[in-house]
Amino acid sequence: MSMKITRRTFLKISGATAAGTVMGGLGFDLSPAEVYAQELRIKGAKATTTICCYCSVGCGIIVHTDANGKVINAEGDPDHPINEGALCPKGGSSFQIAVNPNRLQKVLYRAPSSAAWKEVSWEWALNKIAANIKKSRDKSFIEKNAKGQIVNRTNGIASVGSAALDNEECWLYQKFLRALGLVYIEHQARI
Amino acid sequence: MTNHYNDFRNADVILNMGSNVAENHPVSFKWIQAAKDKGAIFIHVDPRFTRTSTKADIFVRLRSGTDIAFLGGMIKYILDNNLYDEFYVKNYTNASFIVNPKYGFDDGLFSGYDPTKRAYDASTWALEKDEQGVPKREMSLQDPRCVFQILKRHYSRYTFQKVSEITGTPMADLEKVYKAYGTTGAPDKAGTVLYAMGWTQHTVGVQNIRAMSIIQSLLGNMGIAGGGVNALRGESNVQGSTDAGLLFHIWPGYLPNPQAQLATLADYNKTTPASKDPRSINWWKNRPKYVASFLKTMFGDKATKENEFGYAWMPKLDTGQDASWLNLFDEMYKGSFTGFFAWGMNPACSSANAGKARQALTKLDWMVNVNVFDNETGSFWKGPGMDPKKIKTEVFQLPCAAFLEKEGSISNSGRWMQWRYKAANPPGVAKPDGDIIHELFKKVRALYEKGKGPFSEPILNLKWDYETNGHFDIHKVAKEINGYDLTTGKLLPNFVPLKDDGTTSCGNWLYSGSYTEAGNMAARRKKTDPTGLGLYPEWSWCWPLNRRIIYNRASVDLDGNPRDPMRPLLKWDGAEKKWIGDVPDNAVPPMGTTGAYPFIMKPDGVASILGPGLKDGPFPEHYEPLECPIEKNLISSQRINPVIKVFEGGLDTFLTCDPRFPFVCSTYRVTEHWQTGVLTRWLPWLIEAEPQIFCEMSLELGKLREIKNGDRVIVASPRGKVEAVAIVTSRLKPFNIAGQAVHQVGLPWHFGWLHPKDGGESANLLTPTIGDPNTMIPESKAFMVNVSKLAKRPAKKPAKS
Repeated sequence: MSMKITRRTFLKISGATAAGTVMGGLGFDLSPAEVYAQELRIKGAKATTTICCYCSVGCGIIVHTDANGKVINAEGDPDHPINEGALCPKGGSSFQIAVNPNRLQKVLYRAPSSAAWKEVSWEWALNKIAANIKKSRDKSFIEKNAKGQIVNRTNGIASVGSAALDNEECWLYQKFLRALGLVYIEHQARI
Repeated sequence: MTNHYNDFRNADVILNMGSNVAENHPVSFKWIQAAKDKGAIFIHVDPRFTRTSTKADIFVRLRSGTDIAFLGGMIKYILDNNLYDEFYVKNYTNASFIVNPKYGFDDGLFSGYDPTKRAYDASTWALEKDEQGVPKREMSLQDPRCVFQILKRHYSRYTFQKVSEITGTPMADLEKVYKAYGTTGAPDKAGTVLYAMGWTQHTVGVQNIRAMSIIQSLLGNMGIAGGGVNALRGESNVQGSTDAGLLFHIWPGYLPNPQAQLATLADYNKTTPASKDPRSINWWKNRPKYVASFLKTMFGDKATKENEFGYAWMPKLDTGQDASWLNLFDEMYKGSFTGFFAWGMNPACSSANAGKARQALTKLDWMVNVNVFDNETGSFWKGPGMDPKKIKTEVFQLPCAAFLEKEGSISNSGRWMQWRYKAANPPGVAKPDGDIIHELFKKVRALYEKGKGPFSEPILNLKWDYETNGHFDIHKVAKEINGYDLTTGKLLPNFVPLKDDGTTSCGNWLYSGSYTEAGNMAARRKKTDPTGLGLYPEWSWCWPLNRRIIYNRASVDLDGNPRDPMRPLLKWDGAEKKWIGDVPDNAVPPMGTTGAYPFIMKPDGVASILGPGLKDGPFPEHYEPLECPIEKNLISSQRINPVIKVFEGGLDTFLTCDPRFPFVCSTYRVTEHWQTGVLTRWLPWLIEAEPQIFCEMSLELGKLREIKNGDRVIVASPRGKVEAVAIVTSRLKPFNIAGQAVHQVGLPWHFGWLHPKDGGESANLLTPTIGDPNTMIPESKAFMVNVSKLAKRPAKKPAKS
């Protein structure tokens, strides 16, 4: 969603929320001149709203991207009723998730007994994973348990993940796993 | 959470216990501060003085693992001083219910214990019913067999002196907390509790929370603005991922995963919760509708009435099988799995007894690791002590989009489902997780279409139609979760019209109403606030039914008038015959007319002061952690929770009262990092702020072990050891436990060997494989360690040229 914040509302909100920022430093504790400079930096940028990826408070974040689609800024959403523009050090650093040379950018494969990663294509990796799934499933699938009861499950594959996925992805993932017959399905909520 | 973050501001007293809210949920502190600004009392109870404590009106310490003793003392104080909300206790809780005459409790054990099975037969804890099957009640609360009197007897043992001996909290400090929190028993006062892993990560984790639930029920603090029991969860969507059934024991919407004895859907539906009390709504009676509608989303047209909507195609657990995390890694360690997905997770650092989890990964044939950054799980084969040549595990590391590079919703702890928009493309060839799942499933299905495999029906019949113009479309999944009327093809307005005959579909009944014909409710951004309580009913969407505070009919009297006139959450409009305020927790008329009890998800309709459904007893009872510093439980002969599963052998060792491991240890979090650090250690700003693992200890312990602030130390447990920088500080102090000095230390668990190189290892190398008997959440908050000073490293010799 694109949105517009005028300099006036921005100043009003940032002034009101500075006191509420627990950690300070990375929030909106800026002098008016700095705020004006900040505004210049994002002038003409596209603003998109999202929700922070760290703790469960659910703070609103505005991400600014330039004409090439590059992330140039991420800051607290002043209209959001929970954080009212404030962010903690983690949320305030979320820009560095997007712009970070250490991000995984390639599909990597480590062969048995190998000491190194090898770059592979999505097509190759997904085909091989699918073949592995089929092999493990076919070998370990049981229709009946030791008591002779029908269980129709795959004993040989387990999964952990993930609270880092969106709701729709979580739902789709459980659908995928249960269709394969998995019962060892776990994630962060258990630990 | 029963309530939500903005609601903290409505409280008169806020108890933060088992959590460090200022450091770990920093922005939420805005609403604690707002309450404080209006005169609210903020209480922090913790083993350690933190930045939360600096803001507290009352800060008191307790030894880690003794919360039930602390709260048991509070229950006794509330009862002894008549601070409970009598109207609420009589009308909205099971205090007046009569318990089975065979119920008993003796020296730490409830009736029905079988020591050979280490398990209870809970039948003697049940509530007595009359000929109609309705629970018997005794409204004067005087019957010695009523829940109220049994509660009184049980906690009469939790005297100030006994509690102080166990917890190490001075008696005067106990009284300060009890007195302040006890004031919220008045109907026009609201008390709330905020907790986190400090309560769950114990072998009595569920009972910690039960103890507080009893207090909140006694004080009439459930279902009101400024009240509730509020879990501050650790991840941005751990609420949503739980709701979506990514756990072994539940399908989406908390529908139990079927077990083998339930061979047919008819068998499964026979276990639907039932109540014969005409005053109990027993909402779970609707479960068969939610199950049938869920199966329709799994198998679409292939799910028919005749085949029980494909129930047979769903995998079943063995009866009583526990496939939870600790057992999963135990099985992996034993070589039970050939394949493994670590999707958006880093178990090599997040598992309790992480050394065992790392070894377990070597037993796999293949692993798929999906993440935003490299991590200790994906790269385990080159980690410390690993010889890649000997490790046969094939590893696929798939790069995924970060949160701001894709569209979708997440649910915060307050159950607000908020929509995220895509701001940018992911780097390189990284893709959103949803796209990866979609493409992988298509590949698997193609293999089963081509070649034979056992029982391929669930794969071939799976409803999988999520593309728009050849691309994966997350909105199609969101709509499927909301559900359709299959006779009209229209999106459902909510879960009320769901049916059990196959004419409706719904991926998760709790989320029905989130994406309707009126649009994507989670994306709403209107800040209207008609109640003035900060419910913001048009901002995002909240499950269930956009109800912002659950059990909210407990906030009114029998005529439907708010019991707290300053914070009217709901009010019955007699003329219009409707409720005004929050979405009512069921729109029945007030109880004084033809209405029903307010706790609609409980079969009896009331809050459970006696809770007969848990494995370790109907009332919380203090037991020591598996590893503890004292030989004997000071309140009974049962040292540890009598029903916990103890893992033995292999890499699982435990030692208690062993002079080699004399100090209590907790793991915890810091503001600048998150979980295992995968999403924070790679961020330069954050790693500069908190570059490495440290171990906090008291000035007294520093003196005892000749450790100075800044020294390097080794922290060792029976499972492993980590090197850390010592922080010798007055933030920790030794406890006086029945005359004996007990030292406690703590360290954050955000680090790992991969990055940064001098950041240190995971503190989970120390934690034990032991879990709560109900949830199997590991006991990471109370175990035993030693701390010793590390001899200075020899200076590096100059490299030879």
